[in-house]
Amino acid sequence: MYEFNFQRPANSDAAIDAQANAEDGQYMAGGQTIIPVLKQRLAMPSDVIDLGAIEDLSGITIADGTVTIGAMTTHTDVATSGDVLGAIPALADLASMIGDPHVRNRGTIGGSIANNDPAADYPAAVLGLGATVHTNQRTIIADEFFTDLFETALDEGELITNVAFPVPDQAAYMKFPNPASRYAIAGVFVSRTGADVRVAVTGAATCVFRAAEMERALAGNFNPDAIEGIGVDGTDFNNDLHASAEYRTHLVSVMAKRAVAKALG
Amino acid sequence: MPTLSMTVNGEQVSGEVEGRTLLVDFLRENLRLTGTHVGCDTSQCGACVVHVDGVSMKSCTMLALHAQGTEVATIEGVANGDTLHPMQEAFRENHGLQCGFCTPGMVMTALALVKDNPDPTDAEVRHGLEGNLCRCTGYQNIVHAILDGAKAMREGAANEGES
Repeated sequence: MYEFNFQRPANSDAAIDAQANAEDGQYMAGGQTIIPVLKQRLAMPSDVIDLGAIEDLSGITIADGTVTIGAMTTHTDVATSGDVLGAIPALADLASMIGDPHVRNRGTIGGSIANNDPAADYPAAVLGLGATVHTNQRTIIADEFFTDLFETALDEGELITNVAFPVPDQAAYMKFPNPASRYAIAGVFVSRTGADVRVAVTGAATCVFRAAEMERALAGNFNPDAIEGIGVDGTDFNNDLHASAEYRTHLVSVMAKRAVAKALG
Repeated sequence: MPTLSMTVNGEQVSGEVEGRTLLVDFLRENLRLTGTHVGCDTSQCGACVVHVDGVSMKSCTMLALHAQGTEVATIEGVANGDTLHPMQEAFRENHGLQCGFCTPGMVMTALALVKDNPDPTDAEVRHGLEGNLCRCTGYQNIVHAILDGAKAMREGAANEGES
């Protein structure tokens, strides 16, 4: 790692000021991605602004059919939260599949979605549930948050405070994990709320996306049979040593059907 | 340089570290607690697992300053003098290791797993080991060791309750 100035502000305002005043300030949430990146000298921030001491960025609340998760809430806390397990078990299930136990003990929802790794799990839940991302400046709907490979709608210095998930009628997440990293080679999050169906795909392309044709088919008939034969266009899918684009295209259909079956219980 | 203070295996320690110093490097280089290993240095292998405030973490993927004011437990603090902890004894009895390089992380992971789930199934142990790589054993005896260690710890706790 290159040297940096480590700052650990006690509240969000101080963190935002620290970032604004730094020559090149980098927020650090759980650090499970940014520390490996720093180790490889792929980033050289002048200041690392650690968010770990900001208590009001962590925690889970439920009110009026919405589960609100603080940006610094760890994957373990989401996976084991009685509130999340009761209201959106699919979200707890997804959190329990991220990485490994030690990574889940430090990694956070805010860090995951701000990074927007194309194979990360949380973007699928945020998009698949139609969540809203709250920042220190504004609210951003899921459909506008994830913009491209490792890119989001966040502005420089903008800080995620929490993510609000509407409670669906049914939902589930299925992924085909890379056996070493547990990142999704392809992962599909499905949810149904009344007649509104969302299908979000991660791992397959450069950025999480919604499978519109599957959504239309499932809106009429929320059953795995409804998407039999309905695939996704994998022309631009990731094609790497882990899986070919063709294989990922196939996996998306399989994971989508399994996710619907899982949502139905 | 910032000053770091924490409790390691029950003892108060402090030292000067750079912002970029990893927790594992502070433990190994500053405190000479070399039982915590660096296997891959890429957050995959789990040889560096320690407990921070009772929670298992990869000490190669957190900064030393993240542990400011916390209680850190390493493999050196697990045995009671020359008496192995029941979990360590179970690894010995079951031959849950070959070269032994991954063992400190395996034992620390096992202790964290059993703390949350005192009577795990075979499948739960395997799921709990997803962050720990062993390149020798094929995991079979590690899983046996953790199941036996968990049993010994349950029995130990029950005996303590009776006496």
